[in-house]
Amino acid sequence: MSGYFAELFSGTKSLAIGMGITFKYMFKPVVTVQYPHETLTMPPRYRGHIELVGDEETGESKCIVCGMCQRACPSGCITVAGEKAEGDKKKVLTKYILDFTTCSLCGSCVESCKPGAITFSKEYNLASRRREDFVIDLLKRLRGKK
Amino acid sequence: MNLTSEPIRLLAFVLGVIAFAALNAAYLVWVERKVAAHIQRRIGPKEVGPFGLLQPLVDGIKLMTKQILIPQGIDPVLFRIAPPLLLIPAVMSFVAIPFSEILVAREINLGLLMIFAFASINGLGVLLGGWGSNNKYAVISAARAVSQNVAYEIPMLITVITMVMITHTLNLNDIIRQQSGGFWNWYILRLNANPLMPVSFLIFFVCSLAETNRAPFDLGEAESELIAGYHTEYSGMGFGIFFMGEYANIVIGCSLATILFLGGWQSPLPFLPNGVLWFLLKLYALIFTVIWIRWVFPRTTIYGLLNLSWKYLIPISLFNLILTAAMLKIWPVS
Repeated sequence: MSGYFAELFSGTKSLAIGMGITFKYMFKPVVTVQYPHETLTMPPRYRGHIELVGDEETGESKCIVCGMCQRACPSGCITVAGEKAEGDKKKVLTKYILDFTTCSLCGSCVESCKPGAITFSKEYNLASRRREDFVIDLLKRLRGKK
Repeated sequence: MNLTSEPIRLLAFVLGVIAFAALNAAYLVWVERKVAAHIQRRIGPKEVGPFGLLQPLVDGIKLMTKQILIPQGIDPVLFRIAPPLLLIPAVMSFVAIPFSEILVAREINLGLLMIFAFASINGLGVLLGGWGSNNKYAVISAARAVSQNVAYEIPMLITVITMVMITHTLNLNDIIRQQSGGFWNWYILRLNANPLMPVSFLIFFVCSLAETNRAPFDLGEAESELIAGYHTEYSGMGFGIFFMGEYANIVIGCSLATILFLGGWQSPLPFLPNGVLWFLLKLYALIFTVIWIRWVFPRTTIYGLLNLSWKYLIPISLFNLILTAAMLKIWPVS
């Protein structure tokens, strides 16, 4: 018999506690982000597809065309090409194509890059119906940013 | 023709009441969606009109323009008769409800009895709708809803009998008049009549939740197992009328709780004027609680539901009844 009333009171109390919690939540700020109208800034460790890092002074790519990223990529989705101008010591990047359709964002390329010329972008608006949209010319992207 | 004559006044009132019921059904859906959204920290309807206020209108137009499908193999009479059978008693009950001292269609001596008489037709509407649909889910749902109605009508009516023993009348306006002069005179706080008065209110409120098939007692429309419940086969306005009937019943349940326990149109403090505003304020506070409860508690099982009724509500309300009778015998309320 005492169990009956104990259950009744504890049950009623727990119901009241539940209602109190939801009442408090009702007045907390809304967490919905109305996506196309408002967007969130991505956190620093967000991994979008890779992008080239520009030199702080010239804005040109820091890439030395060593090809380490191309070799490190397990899916073979990076194509790098460069050329050495007459009398110049270093190679200059002429082409950096990322085939994002096979990229798994493992980050081996970013790790392997000695000069720190590539990094993860914060890009996430990537929906498309065309395959070709995911073959990204990163050099063009860097120049476009500049 | 005299515009103030009784039949015309009554007709005007009934028209007004139908508009009130329809508006309530439409806008309570909006309130429900907004409250649900904010409890879950979402925004809720916002695109149609400011704060999504035109959403109910758009929903209504959508329902009205939809084709009313009559499936094969149904019972043609019962299928068509069921939605009005749910809505009409609800609208009829409004006739007896006093919104203020004068704003009442008809001050009926047996108002309380009449409302409960009409409320029991509800169950019939649900049962016929489910049965006439020739759909196994609808039948199961209707059976559940009716067994639930029967189980919860008992403690509800026992509580009402307790109240009537104290009030000595079934006239709703008289019951409200007895609660004049401040909130301490409302029946929920008249502990001298019965020390368990708040418990009576709680029992009444829980039972009215169950009677109107509201969460957490909405077993009749458990989507995960029964599609939509007894109105599975209804489309367009057939479904719309079921929906309106359900919301009208919620309004009536809350009105009754307001009238019996919270003093109806009486103001909470003696120096404030009485009036329809107080009634609506209390009514919507209760309706808000009903909506709030829906988004707090998960649906019970059928066993939990019947256990609650037979093991807790009925014994407690019976004890309450005996206690009230004894109290009345020893210290008669003037």
